[in-house]
Amino acid sequence: MAEMDTSSGGHKKGPGVKKSKKLSTRVDLTPMVDLGFLLITFFVFTTTMSQSTAMNMNEPKDDSTQVLKVKNSGAMTILLGKGDQVYYYYGQLEADKLSEQFKSTNFKEIRNLIVSKKKATNIDDLMYIIKSDKESTFKNAIDILDEMSICAVPPGHYAEVDMTPTEELLISKTEEANGIK
Amino acid sequence: MPKVKIPRKSTSIDMTAMCDVAFLLLSFFILATKQKPPEALSVSPPNSVSAKAAPDKSILITLTKDGRSFLMLGDETKKADIINNINAAKGLNLTAAEINKLNKTLFIGVPFSQLKSFLSMAVEPSADKLPGIPTDSTNNEMTDWLHSVTNVYAGSDQRQLQEMLLVKGDNAAHYPAFKQIKEAFKKNEIYKFRIVTNGEAVPVGSELYLNPPKSN
Repeated sequence: MAEMDTSSGGHKKGPGVKKSKKLSTRVDLTPMVDLGFLLITFFVFTTTMSQSTAMNMNEPKDDSTQVLKVKNSGAMTILLGKGDQVYYYYGQLEADKLSEQFKSTNFKEIRNLIVSKKKATNIDDLMYIIKSDKESTFKNAIDILDEMSICAVPPGHYAEVDMTPTEELLISKTEEANGIK
Repeated sequence: MPKVKIPRKSTSIDMTAMCDVAFLLLSFFILATKQKPPEALSVSPPNSVSAKAAPDKSILITLTKDGRSFLMLGDETKKADIINNINAAKGLNLTAAEINKLNKTLFIGVPFSQLKSFLSMAVEPSADKLPGIPTDSTNNEMTDWLHSVTNVYAGSDQRQLQEMLLVKGDNAAHYPAFKQIKEAFKKNEIYKFRIVTNGEAVPVGSELYLNPPKSN
């Protein structure tokens, strides 16, 4: 191994050679500490703790022999439209009372509506029917299921169903009237 | 009165120890953070209040915002079996080398008809440019893939399989695309699967907040 020459080389010590002043080897580390903690805070704040979670999804078996009967008084149909719009009605749509029954709302309000329906209805009769429009997004579909678990609606008391042409027409008419694109 | 002489002390403290601590913490945080694997497909999943962590090993169907579907077979032990199974079932006539190559692909995102030409490509195109597995109501190839998955897992724990089936969709994906994936599951008599979401706190004051379900 190569060794470093630490001796003062060919210099001769003597009265003519000035002794160099010994400098302290201590360095002020304060700025380095500052930098260290700055980096720590930077990393702590920039890392987002994004833990992916998994939501359970239960699909019903398609069985035409077993048709679930839902009481009119306990049913609330929630329709998801485009532009994060939500429409709802209670019970069954009646041709002469469409405009009264069919109401539009949004994801902020729907929670209160779900909860008040849940409180007003006997739990055995309670049924939320969720219908998603072609224009609604995946986010909408998951959000409404999430709303169900937030409102602690027991499983089996909500179901995703296909939309009927009447409802599609109603949605597109409402969207036109409200100017939702 | 005699004067008391207070010895003057230097106010500068040795910072070495503190510096050590700072950098130790810094290196700890950097090394302890789990790096997100680079995602070939950029998908931003919706939020949910679910608190269950998504498993690392999974059979993941990714739904991009333009409605394309991709399949990722995360269970390395069964991946080759699933590919062999689909090869036999659909008569794809893949050679051993092609099967081997498909086994190494992370995202499967081409229709059966294009599988051979996809595998013959020298440079694998990024998953973002692939057409995706067709999920139309007339030609739902996802059903065939899931059929092979269920075939391969037929002998093993079904509960475990259910835990592994994940769907990760983009917020902006349209609902019909998701519905077709649900149909593919249903046709294979899989009625339980899971959706990958971003964890979110339960809203204060809601029913779930007041009466959290007992964890078992």
